[in-house]
Amino acid sequence: MFDHWLGKLTIHVIPYDNPIIMSAAAFMALVILLVLGALTFYGKWTWLWKGWLTSLDHKKIGSMYVILAMVMLLRGFVDAAMMRTQQAMAAGADPGYLPPHHFDQIFSAHGTIMIVFMAMPFLTGLINVVVPQQIGARDVAFPFMNAVSLWLTVAGAALILLSLVVGTFSRAGWTGYPPYSELQYNPGVGVDYWILPLVISGVGTTMTGINFIVTILRKRAPGMTLMRMPLFTWSALCTSVLMVLAFPALTVVTVLLGLDRYAGMHFFTNGQGGNMMNYANLFWIWGHPEVYILILPAFGVFSEVIATFSGKRLFGYRMMVYAVAVIALLSFTVWLHHFFTMGAGANVNAVFGIATMLIAIPTGVKVFHWLFTMYRGRIRFTAPMLFSVGFIPLFAIGGMTGVVLAEPPADFMMHNSEFLVAHFHNMLIPGALFGYLAGYMYWFPKAFGFTLNDRWGKIAFWNWLIGFLLAFMPLYMLGFMGMPRRMEHYGNPAWQPYLVVAAVGAVFIGFGILSLIVQLVVSIRARQKNRDLSGDPWNGRTLEWATASPPPPYNFAVLPVVTDVDAFAAMKQAGTAWQRPARYEAIVLPRNSGLAFVMGGLAFACGFAVIWHIWWAATATALGALAAVITRAWRDEQEYTLSAAEVQRLGDARFADLENALAAAVGQSETTGNQPVPQV
Amino acid sequence: MKQETHRRLLPWPVAVTALLVSGCSPAHWPVLDPAGPVGLGERNLILVVIGLMLLVVIPVFVMTFWFAWRYRASNRQAVYAPDWSESRGLSLLFWLVPGIIVAGLGTIAWFSSHKLSPYEPIETDATPLTIQVVALDWKWLFIYPGQHIASVNRVVLPIGVPVDFRITSDTVMNAFFIPRLGGQIYAMAGMETQLHLLADRAGTYYGENTQYSGRGFPYQHFEVVALPKADFEAWVKTVRDRHHPLDTNSYARLARPSVRKAVAEYAPVKPRLFEDVINKYVHPGAATIGTTPR
Repeated sequence: MFDHWLGKLTIHVIPYDNPIIMSAAAFMALVILLVLGALTFYGKWTWLWKGWLTSLDHKKIGSMYVILAMVMLLRGFVDAAMMRTQQAMAAGADPGYLPPHHFDQIFSAHGTIMIVFMAMPFLTGLINVVVPQQIGARDVAFPFMNAVSLWLTVAGAALILLSLVVGTFSRAGWTGYPPYSELQYNPGVGVDYWILPLVISGVGTTMTGINFIVTILRKRAPGMTLMRMPLFTWSALCTSVLMVLAFPALTVVTVLLGLDRYAGMHFFTNGQGGNMMNYANLFWIWGHPEVYILILPAFGVFSEVIATFSGKRLFGYRMMVYAVAVIALLSFTVWLHHFFTMGAGANVNAVFGIATMLIAIPTGVKVFHWLFTMYRGRIRFTAPMLFSVGFIPLFAIGGMTGVVLAEPPADFMMHNSEFLVAHFHNMLIPGALFGYLAGYMYWFPKAFGFTLNDRWGKIAFWNWLIGFLLAFMPLYMLGFMGMPRRMEHYGNPAWQPYLVVAAVGAVFIGFGILSLIVQLVVSIRARQKNRDLSGDPWNGRTLEWATASPPPPYNFAVLPVVTDVDAFAAMKQAGTAWQRPARYEAIVLPRNSGLAFVMGGLAFACGFAVIWHIWWAATATALGALAAVITRAWRDEQEYTLSAAEVQRLGDARFADLENALAAAVGQSETTGNQPVPQV
Repeated sequence: MKQETHRRLLPWPVAVTALLVSGCSPAHWPVLDPAGPVGLGERNLILVVIGLMLLVVIPVFVMTFWFAWRYRASNRQAVYAPDWSESRGLSLLFWLVPGIIVAGLGTIAWFSSHKLSPYEPIETDATPLTIQVVALDWKWLFIYPGQHIASVNRVVLPIGVPVDFRITSDTVMNAFFIPRLGGQIYAMAGMETQLHLLADRAGTYYGENTQYSGRGFPYQHFEVVALPKADFEAWVKTVRDRHHPLDTNSYARLARPSVRKAVAEYAPVKPRLFEDVINKYVHPGAATIGTTPR
């Protein structure tokens, strides 16, 4: 076992002969060096360590999740753009510019990154920033576990990024279907680079789910009954339940595949009693609820954004809650529709097909209720609202194609085709990502204290919209033309024009991403001008807008009393919003801890060691992680007390800001409708 | 080479022209242009479902644009009802309309799943022809057990005769698909799946593997030649006369991974070859052919 101290790791695993990978690696190294250099130059290391990396504040953890998501969005987009370029070129005699083994890694990485390391951190980040404030809580139930979840997710993402330079990534697609992903057919480290990040981050996600179920059920402000929870909180609750019930299935199935690969077992191998059908079932028992884990928080964002910018209560609140709960429940009953073509009998296929269509009912209910939230409203078309309104018709198209795929015999024609690729991107770009981007622009001022530039937000929206249509509508057509997914090269020249149009779509999406970057830069530069003094830049309806922007570490000096679904709107109407408390009390808060960061680092190192079969290092880092857990358990002082005087000082500063906001708002509120009129 | 670059630099005109040209040619839309009853049933199902779903999708489109325009903040003529948020009638309607449509779609799903099940034999007077299909890296082997012949990357069918495909894999999972004849099914090692198809028009169709399976996947397609019955019999006879046997050794050579394998035909074929391919994963002792690592 110890004949080779570095396991399978040698200098030759670095693909220094591949110019594409090496320039990507050089770019990554340059960015990292620039960031490290800037931190040193501006003397920000202490700020970074004490203010962010060791913080247990849910708002900062949430922001770090979103930053991770943005970084991974860039990587996932570059993968997508490379695939689109390859497919636009590689018809007939033209081999394109990517060799097969590289193209295959790219589509595997794109799916894995976008779902597990872009969408998941994005929605987890939004939930982290918003939910505790929305329910009038001072923190999540388990702040330390929250930080562990974050750093495990970062560890997984870092391993995937590393696979670009050290070794190779999986070629087995984001679903990693055996027997192709088994050792017999994929003997390198690629599949292991896929398994380990999923296991590590999956554990983190399961803990996030537990954390938010407990937070939402146990930490709501007085008066906030379940049926007074804002829709975003409701969808966060449903998503958390799905995380807890579904993610263990992913962890189990990837570990079983790992046992096949590392320990010579035969869960999913060809022969020796292995059967890949068990893999398909287990994978999609996670995979289908996962779709709703991704989409439900976006539904929550749409509900908040549409109600706020229509200046109106959400239409049919109860129905919206029932619909979201029904979707969460049904999401566990449809997994087989991912493999109607595996040869189950007609009865089984029909039952799962019908169960799938049933989901269209509550989803339709939600769409109509959003529309009637806009009806007789007074709609302000800000960037977040554009993303939300744009989502509705696009999502209807995706729903239509989804129902086509839910008919088993229709799926026999469309399965594994570009139609399928178009369908799930249709659900996940307008359905999930538009929601996250709307949420990001909507809650950004809450997290950072200044609003984002709306004009660049709108430019981003239009680029995303046009880019999405150009990139994916041709893929629907290609499905009817019989083009399978994951083609590195193809012989049929009739497919090429559609793929060229799709590549043009990718260019627009690239502009969309660029606009998001410009928006962020422009907004940071104008942050003084765009400061959100009131804490309520949109005339919001829910409790998170009652706090300062950014909120103090404890969110609420005095816990609010909730009397209505739109708790904050009701307070503003009753004139009880922004009331100066009679007296302030001392507040107990979690102390910073570097241990979560250390655990993430150890998980990363352990994952790396396992991938490369460096067993002594794997053992050492696993023991180190165990030691970190024990250290944490034995540490007595995990909290500190913020004195009443300090809380009062922060509170007074907040009310001074509110008075300034009031002065600025006079005369403006009628024209834009954006400014609330604080009554201090 | 120069022309090649030139063509790459002009994607737009190429795209538009080709879109127009290909839009007119049914040959490029295999899913919409079925050549057999199964494909026809599946195509019609897709169109019916899209039609029914449009009953919801079109109103959603209309309402989105209408409400967004009508209730924009700058339009002070529009009614503003900030507290209007409940309507039992409307909510009921929003559950009922999708509910009724889904009830219809669900009924269709139940009956079409049975009627178009890949395991369901096609009702005709003709005696079905059995063809055994083995997915290999990266080619397709077709064995005609009744005719004792086999072919690689080309399957020849008589028109008007139902074909009973028995499908397995001697490698990773593949998916067997002939778009113009009808829907696909997976090919899995150690297991047998079935697909009943029928070609009622003579012609040459495209068949493919849709399940990514590695390096040679993009080239793993095959020709489907549908011939009148007499021509089919003639083809069988030619293959037989050529005497190019497929036995344990030549199968082992064939099963080795290869990309863009040329069409080949074999006769006679070792009896029970298909069963042996399945059995080597299920009862390794009983099989007379070995595994072929790639």
